[in-house]
Amino acid sequence: MPLAFDWTQLAQQTVIGLSSGGTWALLALALVLIYRSTGVVNFAQGEMAMFSTFIAWSLVDHGLSYWTAFALTIAISFGGGFAVERVVIRPVERAPVLTVVIVTIGLFFVFNGAARWHWSTETRTLPNAFSTRPIHVAGVAFSIQDLGNIAVSLGMVLLLWLLFRFTKLGLALRAAAVNPGESRLVGIRVSWMLAIGWGLAAAMGGVAGMLAAPALASFDQTFMQPVLLYAFAGAVLGGLDSPLGAVVGSLLLGVFINLIGNYVGWVGNVLKLPVALAVILGVLLVRPEGIFGRPRVRKV
Amino acid sequence: MRRVLGIGAGALVAVGAVALVAFIPRLVSDFHSFDLALVGVYFIAIVGLNLLTGYTGQISLGHGALMAIGGYTTAILVTHEHWRDVWTIPLAGLVAGVVGFVIGLPALRLSGLYLALATFGFAVALPSLLKKFSGLTGGTDGLSFFEKAPGQVTGISGTVTIFGHSMTQNHFFYYLTWAIGLVGFALVWLILRGRFGRAFRAIRDSEIAAVSTGVNLARNKTLAFAISGVYAGVAGSLFVILREIVTPLSFSFLLSITLLVGAVVGGLGSLPGMVLGALFIKYLPTVSTHLSTRPGAPDFVFGVAIILIMILLPTGAGGLIGRALKPLTTWLYTRP
Repeated sequence: MPLAFDWTQLAQQTVIGLSSGGTWALLALALVLIYRSTGVVNFAQGEMAMFSTFIAWSLVDHGLSYWTAFALTIAISFGGGFAVERVVIRPVERAPVLTVVIVTIGLFFVFNGAARWHWSTETRTLPNAFSTRPIHVAGVAFSIQDLGNIAVSLGMVLLLWLLFRFTKLGLALRAAAVNPGESRLVGIRVSWMLAIGWGLAAAMGGVAGMLAAPALASFDQTFMQPVLLYAFAGAVLGGLDSPLGAVVGSLLLGVFINLIGNYVGWVGNVLKLPVALAVILGVLLVRPEGIFGRPRVRKV
Repeated sequence: MRRVLGIGAGALVAVGAVALVAFIPRLVSDFHSFDLALVGVYFIAIVGLNLLTGYTGQISLGHGALMAIGGYTTAILVTHEHWRDVWTIPLAGLVAGVVGFVIGLPALRLSGLYLALATFGFAVALPSLLKKFSGLTGGTDGLSFFEKAPGQVTGISGTVTIFGHSMTQNHFFYYLTWAIGLVGFALVWLILRGRFGRAFRAIRDSEIAAVSTGVNLARNKTLAFAISGVYAGVAGSLFVILREIVTPLSFSFLLSITLLVGAVVGGLGSLPGMVLGALFIKYLPTVSTHLSTRPGAPDFVFGVAIILIMILLPTGAGGLIGRALKPLTTWLYTRP
């Protein structure tokens, strides 16, 4: 049955929604990064994030603390994403969209298969990065974990924004995405920029995985698959070519889906994925460029 | 003279293909007949998918969901209404065709990547919907013919007798799927040769050019989705008849992307390549268990194979065959 309505409950559920929305935002941001620079959606983004999370699990299992493993995994994921672009995506850079989509689907199978091959299919647990103890603000109990997740997600978004806005590398990355031809003329190594974009996306995805995993009681190699659909929905809602849109869209979606799951009994936990699909379809049909995206104008 | 030779060669290949399909069960074991029947199911689904993606240019990452529509239509008719299993096939195709048509409507506004995203969402979300409406679909447990309506399963005694010929159930499955598969193949071939095929290809190559030469975009796109849906529905129906059980897991989104991989590996825009595509998605995981029997190894090999094929042979097997036969076909089909 739906919960009786009261403001405390609503505030709590909103924060829980923001917490999951924050992890989706990181994955959505990864999708947008790659979409902006290559015009292709990476269907393997979720599985790459899952793979990163299993690396983090291994590091923790070898006795490292969560935050050391966290930092190391980000570095490894960056290298991994960079290498994937160099080895696999580079040869199909100029191929039609469908070919690249199929290659990312191939990557999906590669990462999923490799993770089950190496780590076997039993379920794992990651320790909580934050205490699960609640803190009380104005009579409302929030879990520190949820607040911590939101803080880390937004912190990562901020770091990325600083990188793109204030560094020379960021400027080169943006130039390569907006106008590869002319960037090449002014001496930017566009192809390396693409690889760095993939590395950044993989690192973002890794963080999303490492935040999503402890929130689950236990996880296996499928745990990022629903997150990928939510991230798609968030990115489409905000506008597939807008990083800001991906973050705002995912946060909105997180709150919306958590509230609808809690207050509309018929939806419950079961129909959350179809709701995400409905959001994707609705946005694409009504306003395909999303909230922040720019409509595409094509020359005949 | 060459024209006659060309038609003769085409007819010879067709007769040869039919004879080969008819003769194979004599060479392989009962067990392998069942596997080959599954290849037939994939074949039907990806021939339909090829019409949509390869010939009309509309990417679908949700064909497994259309198969699920057909499969569940069959399962519901058999277990709730006690229909004979094989007689549900036409209706399953029809229902999935209608659903395909309905999916085609929003697809009019989407193209390329966005269509891929929307159909992918459809495939990921469908299992939750199937679980939700458990009164009809049996929820997580699904519907089992064996428990609910064993009397309606063809060949449950182990043998099937048609026109006085007795054969094992697996041989029956083989002949059933491949008979439907060959007829379906011929129909698609005829459709693509004619007016609709031309319209489809025009849309694939350039929507704007197609519209400006008088092709009705809305009608042809939704038609392609509907035809493709019928094929997926029939394939899904056969899939369930073969397994005698259906659960939400039978049609996961992995099936959807596997089908697209089959169509691409076989060669988009090449119909004969679809046989190779179907064999690829059925047997590559089996073959790769020789490498390692640990879970995940087949998927890993599958993924690597997909990537290598896309990099080295982007037109798929069909493109390779086409190139190899090019001198012969140009000689046969050009007027001197």
